[in-house]
Amino acid sequence: MAFTLSVNGTPHIIEPGEGEEDIPLLYVLRDHLRLNGAKYGCGVGQCGACTVLRDGAPVRSCLVPAVSLRGREVTTLEGLGAPEGTLHALQRAFLAEQAGQCAYCIPGMILSAAGLLRQKRSPTEADIRTALDANLCRCGSHNRIVRAVQRAAAELAE
Amino acid sequence: MSVRVPRRSVLKGSLVLAFSLAGPALFAQTSKKPLPGDLARTPGLDAWLRIGAEGVVTLMTGKVELGQGILTALGQLCADELDVEPSRLRILSGDTRVCPPEGVTAGSMSIPNAGAAVRQAAAEVRALLVSLAAERLRVPAKRLRVRDGTVQDPSGGGGEITYWALVGGKSLNREATGTVAPKPAAQRRYAGKPLPRLDLPAKLTGEARFVQDLRPDTLVHGRVVRAPTPGASLVAVDTQKVSAMPGVLKVVRDGDFLGVIATREWQTVKAAAALALAARWKDGAPLPVDPQAWLLSQPSRDTVIHHIERPTDVAPARTLEATYRRPYQMHASIGPSCAVAAWDGSTMTVDTHSQSVFETSEAIAKLLGLPKAQVHGRHVEGSGCYGHNGADDVAADAALLARALPGRAVRVQWSREDEHTHEPYGPAMVTKVRAGVDGNGDVLDWDYALWSTSHGTRPGGEPGNLLAGRSLAKPFKQPVPGNGGPPNYSADRNAIPLYAFPGQQVTTHFVTAMPLRVSSMRGLGAYANVFSIESFVDELAHAAGVDPAAYRLRQLQDARARAVIVRATERFGWNRFERRPHHGRGLAFARYKNLATYCAVCLEVFVDPTTHAPRVVRAVIAADAGEVVNPDGLANQLEGGLLQSLSWSLKEAVRHDARRILSRDWEGYPILTFSEAPPVDVQLIDRPEEPFLGAGEASQGPTPAALANAVFDATGLRVRDLPVTSQRLEALRRAQGAGQ
Repeated sequence: MAFTLSVNGTPHIIEPGEGEEDIPLLYVLRDHLRLNGAKYGCGVGQCGACTVLRDGAPVRSCLVPAVSLRGREVTTLEGLGAPEGTLHALQRAFLAEQAGQCAYCIPGMILSAAGLLRQKRSPTEADIRTALDANLCRCGSHNRIVRAVQRAAAELAE
Repeated sequence: MSVRVPRRSVLKGSLVLAFSLAGPALFAQTSKKPLPGDLARTPGLDAWLRIGAEGVVTLMTGKVELGQGILTALGQLCADELDVEPSRLRILSGDTRVCPPEGVTAGSMSIPNAGAAVRQAAAEVRALLVSLAAERLRVPAKRLRVRDGTVQDPSGGGGEITYWALVGGKSLNREATGTVAPKPAAQRRYAGKPLPRLDLPAKLTGEARFVQDLRPDTLVHGRVVRAPTPGASLVAVDTQKVSAMPGVLKVVRDGDFLGVIATREWQTVKAAAALALAARWKDGAPLPVDPQAWLLSQPSRDTVIHHIERPTDVAPARTLEATYRRPYQMHASIGPSCAVAAWDGSTMTVDTHSQSVFETSEAIAKLLGLPKAQVHGRHVEGSGCYGHNGADDVAADAALLARALPGRAVRVQWSREDEHTHEPYGPAMVTKVRAGVDGNGDVLDWDYALWSTSHGTRPGGEPGNLLAGRSLAKPFKQPVPGNGGPPNYSADRNAIPLYAFPGQQVTTHFVTAMPLRVSSMRGLGAYANVFSIESFVDELAHAAGVDPAAYRLRQLQDARARAVIVRATERFGWNRFERRPHHGRGLAFARYKNLATYCAVCLEVFVDPTTHAPRVVRAVIAADAGEVVNPDGLANQLEGGLLQSLSWSLKEAVRHDARRILSRDWEGYPILTFSEAPPVDVQLIDRPEEPFLGAGEASQGPTPAALANAVFDATGLRVRDLPVTSQRLEALRRAQGAGQ
């Protein structure tokens, strides 16, 4: 039961194998499309490491059945920047703030933040913290991450 | 016919070659001095540095990147001493066949041990290369300068030559002598500066940087089905149905070890779920539901680790005592453990995010019955681990599955539930402290005792320390765990106070049994010991009616210890702290391991008067880590450590009953969120001419004490059991009401 999945602006024909009919988006991104941005963290939508955008809004790719995304646009960390390779403002801001230690959770943070910035151009610090509350960080990089989102928001608002 | 040459004579031969390579200028330097850090264990310069013919300088280290920024810091030290740009460096790390064995990356010891070694090795290689250049250019070495690997005669005329033209691609064949002095602080260009992390760009763009991202051509996926309750054994399993599931390549059972390999990851996830349903287990012994009461009732190895007889015999005016408790807590990595292993019939290659690649590879070799040399361990980064988590176990799982399917790279990814229920926890502890004080409230006699299970069950070359090793039909027995002794200590890390109390005794009650699996978690015993000491010192200060900061300072002689307390309190505004209802301030201090970084923490908390929920409003850390290599990296570690320790101390305890672990996911084991993370102001006292003091775990211990002290300041309630939750505060408030 092949279907078309548009990821980062490119349509892909996905052919789930036998037993993969209910495959969540995360496994299609990582296993079929060999994209690393979305990370496996919990598989039950509690940690946010697998966050991607569905038509611009953050979703947990470990929970969303891939087949439900026919006709939708999926954006991952890899598709956030410009096609020629220029980094997205959020990626640049995370680098500038050195926001991350192990950085395993960071792609999910960036995608959640991207979703927030699409909704609110100038979020307050409290908005940012609330938007990221369901994304878990264990290294204690929270404040740097918040500063990075503020920096990117300021740049995008200009 | 081949002739076996004894290793010694080979070494001698290379030394002779080295001298001929080094030239006459270095003949005077053949005497040796003690070598710093890990260079003593691996003195060959070729083990650390290679000058490639193409102008690439390869730095090799046995220490590994855990998100703490160690590779960037080592690169800074190397670039400085070797006079090359950091961009010229290729850093190889944690490869058992390529890198110097530097043991476990743990204990805040990478900068002191690997950093010191890299700095010295790079300084010696530079000296060697400059002397070779001097010979080649016929210019005295003293006149030469080096810029990014090009040796020049700045006075002109003498010409120039690059490192790679001199020795590119050749081995240096020389051992470090310890006689070359690294640069003085004023001449360092990178050490001491906030060089951005070398590994971050790849991680922020989705390059394959984590072990989870590896996809060799022969990749298949494996999962292991583990006992549903601690200590359970596998009674029976019907593997037939699972073997016939789509994509399944193999079901592996060896005793209680049960795993499945399939072509696609999602197929593997489903096969593992089906396999779990097909397995019947028998529970092991019941778990003690009150781990601290259990600890106190166990037979223990009792050792007085510290004793100072009080020189005077004045009777104390008053004696105070208290008992403190710490629960089992999790490392709780965001990315569950993962490894990729492949067996080609002669070599087992294991890609692992273990902190102890060398020792874990050795344990895996014994697990598989292979000679050590046939297991090739390679470190690939994983999610932050903060100690001994599932990394080593999953590496063993992958190796066992890979052996069952030769020629394929088997990637084993633990599930969230695997990690939560099978990682070795940070151990529960109990401490009891009693102090006799004089009329001013100052301590005369300090008597401290602690009860703990092991903080160290890392593989250490022993397959019985691997989860899978104990599950096989012919199981490896887990070694009886020991307690680490001085100077670092383990359960009793930081149990000896730094205060100048006249009489002191510290006793360790070490329990070797382990109803729940435990091992090293960031800070080891320092977390509970500093919490206890610094909470009790606060209690003593209040009993004496003395400001807690002043009370500490007057019993602390170490000038650097005093300096961090002064810096933290000044920055916090301790003396001008404005009293507001339900707000409080707390201070705590420790020098990690009594030999590493000095760290003082001040916190302001707000405790909601109706819900009793504590909230940390702001935090200040002041730290003295000796010479700072990367101030931004250090600040990141200290702040991260504080926030992680706040998470432990506000929210975390592994929940379990007599049968099973109840903390099976993030709902069952919540951690600190963005809304709960306070702003943190990090103050560094840099001492560029002092030795490196390790810092990665320095803020773990002071944080819970500063929290409990601030909560006391806000509410008058003294929490002696971690974590500091609203339920505890409510119970204390009720008890206080009942007592009135």
